[in-house]
Amino acid sequence: MILDRLIAQSQAQAADAVGAPPPALSRRQFVTLTVGGAVGLAFMPLATPSVRAQNAPTVPPGQKPTEAPGAFVSIARDGSTTVLCNRMDMGQGIETALAMICAEELDADWSRVVTGFGNQRGNYVDPFMGMHLTGGSNSVKNSYLQYRELGARTRAMLLSAAARQWNVPVASLTAANGVVSAGGRSAGYGELFDAAMKEPIPEAVTLKDPATFRLIGKPTGLKPSAAKSNGEQRYGMDVSLPGMKTALILRPPVFGGKVASVDAAQALRLPGVEAVYTVPLDRGGQGVAVVASAYWPARQGREALKVQWDLAGVEKADTGELVQRYRALARSGGTLAPQQHFRADVSAAAAAPRKISAEFVFPYLNHAQMEPLACTVDLTAERCTMHYASQMPGVDAATVAAFLGMKPEQVDIVVQMAGGGFGRRATPTAEFPREAAAVAQAMMRAGKPAPVKVVWSREDDMRSGYYRPLTVHRAEIGFDDSGRVLGWDHRIVSQSIVSGSPFEAFLVQQGVDGTTTEGMREPYDIPMRLAVHHPKVNVPVLWWRAVGSTHTAYVMETLIDEIAVATKQDPVAYRLRLMGDSPKAARHRAALQLAVDQSGYGRKALPAGAAWGVAVHESFESVVAYVVEARMQGRGAQARPVLVNVTAGVHCNFCVNPRTVEAQVQGSVVMALGTTMAGERITLKDGVVEQSNYHQFAVPRMADAPRVAVHIVPSNDPPKGMGEPGLPPLAPAFANAVARLTGQRHRELPFGASSPA
Amino acid sequence: MTALTLNGKPVTVTADPTTPLLWALRDDLGLTGTKFGCGMAQCGACTVHVNGQAVRSCVTPLASVAGARVVTIEAIDQDRVGRAVEAAWVRHDVAQCGYCQSGQVMSATALLQRNRKPTDAQIDAAMAGNICRCGTYQRVRAAIRDASASLA
Repeated sequence: MILDRLIAQSQAQAADAVGAPPPALSRRQFVTLTVGGAVGLAFMPLATPSVRAQNAPTVPPGQKPTEAPGAFVSIARDGSTTVLCNRMDMGQGIETALAMICAEELDADWSRVVTGFGNQRGNYVDPFMGMHLTGGSNSVKNSYLQYRELGARTRAMLLSAAARQWNVPVASLTAANGVVSAGGRSAGYGELFDAAMKEPIPEAVTLKDPATFRLIGKPTGLKPSAAKSNGEQRYGMDVSLPGMKTALILRPPVFGGKVASVDAAQALRLPGVEAVYTVPLDRGGQGVAVVASAYWPARQGREALKVQWDLAGVEKADTGELVQRYRALARSGGTLAPQQHFRADVSAAAAAPRKISAEFVFPYLNHAQMEPLACTVDLTAERCTMHYASQMPGVDAATVAAFLGMKPEQVDIVVQMAGGGFGRRATPTAEFPREAAAVAQAMMRAGKPAPVKVVWSREDDMRSGYYRPLTVHRAEIGFDDSGRVLGWDHRIVSQSIVSGSPFEAFLVQQGVDGTTTEGMREPYDIPMRLAVHHPKVNVPVLWWRAVGSTHTAYVMETLIDEIAVATKQDPVAYRLRLMGDSPKAARHRAALQLAVDQSGYGRKALPAGAAWGVAVHESFESVVAYVVEARMQGRGAQARPVLVNVTAGVHCNFCVNPRTVEAQVQGSVVMALGTTMAGERITLKDGVVEQSNYHQFAVPRMADAPRVAVHIVPSNDPPKGMGEPGLPPLAPAFANAVARLTGQRHRELPFGASSPA
Repeated sequence: MTALTLNGKPVTVTADPTTPLLWALRDDLGLTGTKFGCGMAQCGACTVHVNGQAVRSCVTPLASVAGARVVTIEAIDQDRVGRAVEAAWVRHDVAQCGYCQSGQVMSATALLQRNRKPTDAQIDAAMAGNICRCGTYQRVRAAIRDASASLA
């Protein structure tokens, strides 16, 4: 939702940040890009252009990525069809979804389709955003029409080529399952592809009637499902180049700390350790890189380093103190959120017959994706080629180029499959590829250039920052006995995620970061006043799956529930009443009703010691409602509530791949459940992050996972993304069930945490 | 120099014998299907079989597997149970990012090799050491039950 605000303004900015926008491309350039963009895949050599092709009119300026089929689709002679994805895939299944969309209009043989990734170049930018970005659950939303057009254009070009070869009218041809036919003749797409790429690219194409879809909308397994089950799938961590070294960086204990002195003598004596360099790090800090023949020698070498740190003038954050400071800030002042619906007159709350005053604390969170960060850099004087999973290769390439003193076009990013991401691989500062480039640069300056894979150990990944921000909310709500809200005065205290980054211009309005406030109030028409404090703290923060909604949904949906309970109303009925018949709440009503109907809520009696919980929330333009069942487990002092059953009602408009939407919701439930579980939080003491690995940052395991049933509201409206929207409403739904079981309203996550008052 | 039987074939590894088996597999033997997740036996992404037992290779020194039979994800399909588990993983589309799934498959195979009909509680216990941050647990459980049925 927030990222959509970028749409109109982002083209120019992206051109500055990313280099040249997608230029007007000739057909020959399409073929060149096909080759250049297809890393690691076999492609036909560039054919000599035919006379006709040379004489063909050039493509008009303003060419959109949708109109460059050759950059995305290639078909080998044997019919094997590669569709390149203009995103990073971190498990959300977008490489399969975009391939389905393209293959549908292409009438490809789905069994012959393979997927791959594009790179940082102009072709692979988001057609709306003007930059290569995987985030904001916008991949299907923004590239649905793009990939349909790509498929349709490629199909049209294949038909044109066949018509020319057979000297028959295009109208006499049919295409199905990767074969063009006319009368008794037929040819596989692979036989026609080279010729097809020399055909003019049709400006306008007719897209299919969705009623005839064979692929889109059908539950479809991930293309790499088998490779991800038998160990064949490669990730950034698995990249291997000839002569490659492995490096680990010893980082300062406090963000921004510098190296005072290094004694590397012992490290350099270890077998396999080749060199030690002091390198510039994020936030003006310095680290010590150990370059070795492989990971283990690098690790041993790092442990043998003796480093003195210079922490003078470096702010040492302490989460206990921060919470106290944030709580004080939440009581007054702040910057009023710019949107009109956050500037209501809330004075009636003072005299309201009923009041709720509530303060919430949400901790810093580590993404803790299974694959720690890794970035392989192949640096020469002329080029920097980087192999890793990047959610923003354009931003990364520009940042790395500036750091190395190169032009953006001298940096290539070969996007890899990501072992999870959740936002961690999209830093506006491009901090981790830049740190990797710094190691390669140090090696080159020392006269020992070689490709180098910089690996973050789990401890590095967990301690080197970029967390979901620590956030405090305070709400003062006045309502009447019927549950009518008379005034809702609200403050949020949270570091701005995008302040100081290239995104600030779009996402910060009148001093308020939209990623902090997203998810507040909607879809309830209640008089709300919302002010925000954005303290500056020496802890790097970042989007974390579902971003602001990870806390705003919790606050909104637990407080709405509390008002319902206080006024003795059914929480579903109360929500529906608040939504009224407002059109903006139509999808919320449909999702909630579906979850209610499928769960048996209100009709089915739960066993003793069990309770329902409900929540509904829109994020990134999709709505998810949960009806959950929680039960007490254990006896006496050991008794604790557990989440047993979850029924999801999902409204993502037209659903491209129900199989992955189901997976995304199931996975979001587990990830959100983790935010409620003791042990999932990042704390700092004296500037030092206290958690270093999964034994201290506990994430859900098999036995914690509830049963999740996912139901999707049928819709023919333009599809929206589902990578994130399943997450926000789960924790509040569970919390609402827990409140019914225990009478306790959890105001702090994870449940049971108690930060200083 | 450490000699062992890897995926049915004799191999010798020159890496320092204190090197964890994980890094010998990945960096010395080029078998990258076994994943690095935590380095301290917390996440299970590095699970391999040593003499038929599921172990965390990130904390298993190379020296300790001298003369042992080591099986990794790359060869688990040579075993009937491993083959059934991989097939069930695909039928259920378990993987999201997939990074942990080598370890999940190895743990599930070890479970079904010794117990063809595990209860849900036994599945939870056997898989407790394998983290999936994408949260594929529901499909993992379903795939294990399905593999179990297919082996009956």
